[in-house]
Parts: sequence; C-alpha cells; structure tokens
Amino acid sequence: MTDEVLLEARGLTKSFGEFVAVDGIDVLVRRGEAFGFLGPNGAGKSSTMRMVGCVSPVTGGRLRILGLDPAVDGAAIRARLGVCPQQDMLDEDLSVEENLWVYGRFFGLSRREVRARTDELLEFAQLTDRRHDRVEPLSGGMKRRLTIARALVNNPEVLLLDEPTTGLDPQARHVLWDRLYRLKREGVTLIITTHYMDEAEQLCDRLVVMDHGRIVAEGSPRELIEAYSTREVVELRFEDEQQERHLGSVEALAERVEALPDRLLVYTADGDDTLAALHGRGVRPLSALVRRSTLEDVFLHLTGRSLVD
Amino acid sequence: MRADATQTAPPSGRLQPGPRPAMRLGERVRAATGHHLRVYRRTWRGSVISRFLSPLFFLAAMGLGLGALVDAGSGGVGQQSYLQFVVPGIVAYQAALLGFGDATYPVLGYIKWNRMYAATLATPLGVTDILLGHLSVLAANLAVATAIFVGVSALFGAFASWWVLLAVPVGLLTGLAFAVPTFAISATIETDNVFGILYRFVLTPVLLFSGTFFPLEQLPGWLRPMAWLTPLGHGVVLTRDAALGRWPGPVALVHLLVIVVVIAVGWVLAHRQLTRRLLS
Ligand SMILES: Nc1ncnc2c1ncn2[C@@H]1O[C@H](COP(=O)(O)OP(=O)(O)OP(=O)(O)O)[C@@H](O)[C@H]1O
Ligand SMILES: [Mg+2]
Repeated sequence: MTDEVLLEARGLTKSFGEFVAVDGIDVLVRRGEAFGFLGPNGAGKSSTMRMVGCVSPVTGGRLRILGLDPAVDGAAIRARLGVCPQQDMLDEDLSVEENLWVYGRFFGLSRREVRARTDELLEFAQLTDRRHDRVEPLSGGMKRRLTIARALVNNPEVLLLDEPTTGLDPQARHVLWDRLYRLKREGVTLIITTHYMDEAEQLCDRLVVMDHGRIVAEGSPRELIEAYSTREVVELRFEDEQQERHLGSVEALAERVEALPDRLLVYTADGDDTLAALHGRGVRPLSALVRRSTLEDVFLHLTGRSLVD
Repeated sequence: MRADATQTAPPSGRLQPGPRPAMRLGERVRAATGHHLRVYRRTWRGSVISRFLSPLFFLAAMGLGLGALVDAGSGGVGQQSYLQFVVPGIVAYQAALLGFGDATYPVLGYIKWNRMYAATLATPLGVTDILLGHLSVLAANLAVATAIFVGVSALFGAFASWWVLLAVPVGLLTGLAFAVPTFAISATIETDNVFGILYRFVLTPVLLFSGTFFPLEQLPGWLRPMAWLTPLGHGVVLTRDAALGRWPGPVALVHLLVIVVVIAVGWVLAHRQLTRRLLS
C-alpha cells in the first residue's frame, strides 16, 4: 500500500428527486487497499459505487477518482477501472469468450491483446473448459466469475465489486475470495460492497458501515469490533417467556445485552467467566454459545438491527 | 488473413497502469459495432432466408392474387399494372416494418433484460457510441434486406426502370425514420407490451394509409394528409418514382427532408432517453 489516494469523497451526496440515497459521505481509499462499504438493503452502497464508476452524476460534494473529476474525465477514469455490478449484465446470447472479446474491445484493446487477456482470464475464472458455451445456461456462480473476469479485461488499477458473492453457495464464495486475494496481492485496489460480515472481515483492510445514506462507523474490522463491541459474545436461548424474566440478572453481569426476539446477546470480555457467573445466579438457558465478536455485532450495536433482512 | 493483421497490430498501450491513450470516436463506434456483429453472426442465417421469402410472399399475394383482380377490373393503376404500382411501395413498407421491429425487443433487451448497455457505459464508451454502434448495424441490416427485396422483385418484372436501385437508399432512410424514434421509445418504456400497442394502433394505420397498397386519391380528402404525417408516405412516393425512372421535381427533396428530420428528432430523443435511463 502506498500513500497515493485513489478515491477521495468529501460530502458526497446523491439524490433521486427528493429522496437522498447518499447523504454527505467522506471516504479516502489509498492504492493497494481493500476497502469495504458495509450496510443493509437500501443503505446507498450501489448508489455510491455507481458514482465512483462514473455512470451516475454526483448531486453534491466532491469526488475524485485517480485524482480526476468524473464530471470532466469520466471516460479516462473508466478506462482504468474494472466494474463488477450488482447484477451480472452479460450478453447471455454470446459465448463465454465472446463476452470477454467484446468487452475488451470496448476498452480499445487490439484483437491480439484481447485474445491473450481472454486466455488468462478464463484460467483465472476457471472457465476455460466452458469458453465456447453460451452464457445463458451457466450457473449463477459461473456467471458471477465471468462478470468479475470481464471487469479485469483492461487490467484495471481499481476494481469495484458490488456484492460480488451474493447468491453464491459457500464453496463458490470461498473460490471468489481466493481470486480477490490474488488480485489484491498483485496490487489491485479493491472497493467492495457487501452485507456479509464474514466477507468484509475476510477481504477488507478498512471499511465503513453505511445506514440510510450515512457513514455510521469507520475502521479496520478489528478496530470496529474493539470500538463498538467486546471481545466475546454469549448467545443465550431460553424457553418461551423465560427470556424476559432473566434479562435483569443477565444485564447485571455483562457490559451490554442485546435482546433479539429469539435470544439474548451478552457482550463481555470473557464469555466462559460470564457463563459461570450466570449459572451461579441460577440462570439456566436452553442453550448457551460463546463466540468471538463479529462485525454483525458492531452493526447491531450501531443501528439496532441486523444486517441481512 | 485476420491473424496476419493482428500479428502486426501495435499494442494499444491500454493495459498499462496510469493514464491510458484515449479512444477516438471511430475506435469506440467500431467496438460497439463489433458487439452487434458478434450477436448477428449467430442469427444471420435464419434472417437471410426470411429476407428472400418475404418478397416472394408479397409478389405472390399482391402481384398474382390481388394484381390480377385489379388489372382485370380497372386495367391497373394509371398506366401501370398493379404489380408495378404496389411493389415499389412495399419496398418502403418492409423497410419501415423492419426498422420498427429491429428497434423494439433488441433495444429493450440491451437496456432492461441483459443490461449490456449499462455494462457498456462502465467502459470508455458513451451513449453516442452505443447509438452509433447499434444503429449502424441496424442500418446495414436494413440496406441488405431492402437490396434483396428489390433484387428478387426485379426478377419478377416488378419495376419499369433501373433507377429502382435508388429505392435501396430511400428504403434505408425510411427504415431509419422508423427505427430511430422507436429506439427512443424503447429507451423509455418499462414493459414490452407497449410494442404490441404501438404496432396495432400506430404502425398498422400508418402502413395502411400511406399510399402503399392503393393510390392516395382513393381516400376521401380529409384522410389524405395522414400519409404526409409519417415518413412512410414520403418514402413510398420516392420509391415509386424511382421504380418508374421518373424525376418528380424539387418536391423529392421535401420528401427526403421530412424523412431526415424524423431521423434527427428521433436521434435527439433516443440520446436523451438513454442518458436518463442509464446515467441517472
Ligand atoms: N435510479 C434510482 N431512482 C430512484 N431511487 C433510487 C435509484 N437508485 C437507487 N434508489 C434508491 O436509493 C436507495 C439506495 O439504493 P442503493 O441501491 O444504493 O442501496 P444498496 O445499499 O446498494 O442496497 P442493496 O443492498 O439492496 O443493494 C434505495 O432506497 C433505492 O430505492
Ligand atoms: Mg446495492
């Protein structure tokens, strides 16, 4: 990572008519970083990504990508970006390799460059044996990998990934994460949106949590957990109606307690200690699980709701 | 042959980090055209067959069927056989129909279904490049279809003069005068049932009342101006004169001008609607 700032947003705002989708956010991303936008549905993640991708004019504030203004140098910026949009947007009537050829030409690559790039990217996306197949019948995971491969055809310096793994099975997600790690090692700057905590923790050096168009927290996954949560969490489930009755005694023993409809989340430095103390006070849950704090807990604390609706 | 050309092509310099050489307009439009040619490669066989069959259907129905009736009943239209009257008009008519059709589902598809146009705008290409790329392939398709129609019909003696070759560019322009405004509509609407409504309530009356199948003089006076409201009426007059090898005088330029103005207005609207839709 260098100090060169690739993305700078100050008071960045996007409105659709009266509705404010992005409400004055400040973001700095440096070259080589993996940066995440985390937030629930409608938080304004895609609206932000589309402004950064220079396909959505800024309503207010300042935005610079690679030091350039998208309102003036949109095409020059886009020539250096790779974009994996939330929906795949492939030409499903064409074959896998034709999709890459066509897209490479959009960036002004010569035919020879496009062919060479296509071979590399098919390998990267593990689609070499499907290269002649039409896209339409491919699985969701394959289409997603092809979309990401296509976004790389111009050898971008910044890769924008809008929910890269939504809708994929766990194995496909891990394959994709592995590919994204490789890109990051090669020096590509990653800007990712997600509503998966594990994804943000796996991929992002730094992230912002967005809600209702605003940034509600910022930092590395570790920093956020330290700032907004405790080291460990105890999840307690009770028999019907019992949760209410025990809430008072649990609260007395923990730094903080979050009451969800089906369980209590008990925030504490040491889960086992807390559990032992609860037993001592005669609290007998149906089940108790001690785990490490995650970004999900951070989000719950910041917004009072869980991330995946 | 292509392999040789690519061996010698210099690298574009567009894979290096840092600022990349800008693409010229020609390069951008060629890239956009390349996409549509790729798609077309998969479908052209079927469409070429229908290009040859369509004039044969019209010649059989209009020339042999209806034509025999008209010629026997009233001795043709003016000095001409009905076949020679109607086929030049149908040249313009099929171009209008094809232009309309090519700018409906395919355009809505790229905007809404596979969303390739949104993907295209994430590259250095812009709305102008998308329009020029798509419309140039559409225009080539129109020109080829019209040329086949004229060629096949000529074999059956449908035209009196070699000047009918001018019906090909006229057909192309007439087709574009339907395609470009339809592109603007496709860039605006949300669902494809609008196309059915357009076909039934706009296109069909236009096609029927443009003087394609019978001389305008057959219509009551108040209905005749309908023909001049649409580009098809103007295209039909021009193709018919071309087929007769007759120079209609400066009014021909007025007809051409109307057609070109419709294309130009359609372009402005299509550009605006596509921008609103995809770059909001
Ligand atoms: N073109 C548009 N016109 C009007 N409203 C829009 C438009 N695009 C987005 N919005 C609204 O802006 C808000 C933010 O949408 P956005 O797609 O940025 O959210 P998101 O964080 O990406 O959500 P998700 O996780 O569901 O993808 C939503 O309320 C959405 O309805
Ligand atoms: Mg989104």
